Amino acid sequence: MRTLRLSMALIQDAFRQLVHGGKLYWGWVAFLCVLVAVGAQAYAEQLEHGLIVTNMRDPVSWGFYIGNFTFLVGVAAAAVVLIIPAYIYHWKPIKEIAIVGEMLAVAAIIMCLLFVTVDIGRPERFLHLFPFVGRPNFPQSLLSWDVLVLNAYLIINVLITTHMLFRAYIGRKPSRFAMPLILLSIPAAVSIHTVTAFLFSALPSRPYWNAAILAPRFLTSAFCSGPAIILILLQLLRKFSDLKIKDEAIWKIAELMAYAMAINLFLFGAEVFRDFYSDTHEAIHYQYLFWGTHGHRSPIAIYTWFSVIASVVAFLLFLVPRTRKNVITLNIGAVLIYMGVYIEKGVALVIPGFTPSVTGEIYEYEPSFIEFRVAAGVFAIGFLVFTALIKIATPIMLGRLRAKGITVTDDEQDEQDEQDEQDEPAPAAPGTAEAAT
Amino acid sequence: MSCSDSTTGCADEGRRGFLQTAAAAAGVAMLASCSEEAREAFFQKHFKELNKEELAERLARLERTYTKQFGKPFKVGAEPAMEEVLFGYALDIARCIGCRRCVYACVDENNQSRDPQLHYIQVLEMDKAKGVDLAHADPYYEAEQVPREGHFYFPVACQQCENPPCVKVCPVQATWKEPDGIVAIDYDWCIGCRYCMAACPYGARKFNWGPPTLPADQANPDTHYLGNRPRQKGVVEKCTFCIQRVRKGQYPACVEVCPVGARKFGNLLDPDSEVRYVIDRKRVFILKEDLNTNPKFFYFYGV
Repeated sequence: MRTLRLSMALIQDAFRQLVHGGKLYWGWVAFLCVLVAVGAQAYAEQLEHGLIVTNMRDPVSWGFYIGNFTFLVGVAAAAVVLIIPAYIYHWKPIKEIAIVGEMLAVAAIIMCLLFVTVDIGRPERFLHLFPFVGRPNFPQSLLSWDVLVLNAYLIINVLITTHMLFRAYIGRKPSRFAMPLILLSIPAAVSIHTVTAFLFSALPSRPYWNAAILAPRFLTSAFCSGPAIILILLQLLRKFSDLKIKDEAIWKIAELMAYAMAINLFLFGAEVFRDFYSDTHEAIHYQYLFWGTHGHRSPIAIYTWFSVIASVVAFLLFLVPRTRKNVITLNIGAVLIYMGVYIEKGVALVIPGFTPSVTGEIYEYEPSFIEFRVAAGVFAIGFLVFTALIKIATPIMLGRLRAKGITVTDDEQDEQDEQDEQDEPAPAAPGTAEAAT
Repeated sequence: MSCSDSTTGCADEGRRGFLQTAAAAAGVAMLASCSEEAREAFFQKHFKELNKEELAERLARLERTYTKQFGKPFKVGAEPAMEEVLFGYALDIARCIGCRRCVYACVDENNQSRDPQLHYIQVLEMDKAKGVDLAHADPYYEAEQVPREGHFYFPVACQQCENPPCVKVCPVQATWKEPDGIVAIDYDWCIGCRYCMAACPYGARKFNWGPPTLPADQANPDTHYLGNRPRQKGVVEKCTFCIQRVRKGQYPACVEVCPVGARKFGNLLDPDSEVRYVIDRKRVFILKEDLNTNPKFFYFYGV
């Protein structure tokens, strides 16, 4: 009963948090809502006329939507970059902010599911994917695996975040159920990206994807792109809230990204070498990726080159401690990595797989305006979810939002802050971000 | 829900029934405004789960819908595979002249969308000097007269694989291999994810990107549930060897129309069939044999 009462109180307080905000908050929310409306209008048009309003056609039957989906699976999986140092190595600066990664995972998975939904021709038949009401082709189809692992990962992360927030709200440490869930989220994160990579590499008809190295490449690029977003988010949080985020945490994440990018570039290089040196028919997809074929210049070549150069530059910036710790070069690096991986796991992954087609046809795909609008809408929904989560979580993490009767005195707060500075293990006393993570 | 008509056990049926009810309850609000037909379509079962009465009911409903839609009586059959029959196809690339009559006979027979145009057969123009080389094939050749000097023609449609990658990847079992070897699709079950199109090594699967258009005067009213019944937006379709014809002992439309007799069709299990004659006496090859798809579509050089 008590739990139920407190849960209701949390929901009420959370709602109050969402409707109270400054000009900046409302401006941001309004901007996102406009984008959602734009996307919804475009999607309505797509539902009415069919996917013919996109530029996808039989030779290139997946495009921008599936590219975004693939990229965002990586972002979702990257929460483990925070979870592992926080909970396996108990590294305090990151433990305090690990919940940000989990919330990002929730928002990213929601975007993933939306991107798949907007891509399918008969979304009203989605129940066919589920057991008992439908006929999932499990375990044969990797897509049915993907439905399983994506939903499982979403549920795990929703449980973790709500549990953490609730416990912090009532001034307690996470219960003993939290740790097993957090540990489970690590293989779950690996699984979503592995399964998504297998989705592609399981197709021997598409030599561009049918490579054993694809799943490792997915994982390493995910450990670059997701943290790149987290890096920028953490700095924004630090600026716009009272949340204390230590420089060490940010530098450590950047360092981990440098290693991930090194492996990512190595694996990509191995793939490129294999294809170009062998110089078989299969190399034609890589030719399309970098230049074009049959005398046509490929429309994606310029993005590919940008992606490769951006990734290399960002790698160097994050490798060298001086540029990693400089706020300007750090952010340049994060943006470059984000853009580099967004291209690599988006258009550069999907389109050359289909070009040339299995019968040698070259259909030059570029997303239509409707595809861009729908995608903007999906991203806006994801950002809205994330904004809401952060808006609710920040005061709880700061110890300012507590269930009635569980208030923190200033003395306790000061005591806590002192201890934080000394970097000692926190006592059971509530009221800091420690309790929230 | 009765148990006797299903191959699944009673317990499973009960659970399924419960969940279907739960799903139904969730959808009620959404569907309250829909028509009876739309509601039926939303909750309908997979083709293979239908019992005799349900199948008859489904076919009758479709016949009513199509008859109303096209203003002429439609027949929707569901003839099952014949015993001891495995369909096979053989195509003589030495004879094919690239006239594309097969392409259009197929469209007339199978009620594909006219605008946007949807073709099951792609005739590829190839360079004689290069041989069978898909990387240098041209599906969009425009010629005053065929065959063109220095070229030969290579029609590709569904190869009706014994080991079909499209069936393996379909997340909802909307496509499967029939006992007579035809790879079929339930258009009412397909969710339009197009994973099968990514998996098919032959580009045989086609998607209805827009709403299919079929003028009433061009519609073929003699249809099969798994074949040429009028199509819908947002689902995948493909060649079925003209399932509505071959299961009644007729040739596929493309075989009948071919002016040079390049197309042969028959029962692979019958040693006296045309297709077996070709396999026994000519040298045949299959497309992309390295992918282990094991097609039942054989190419040969007839001279």
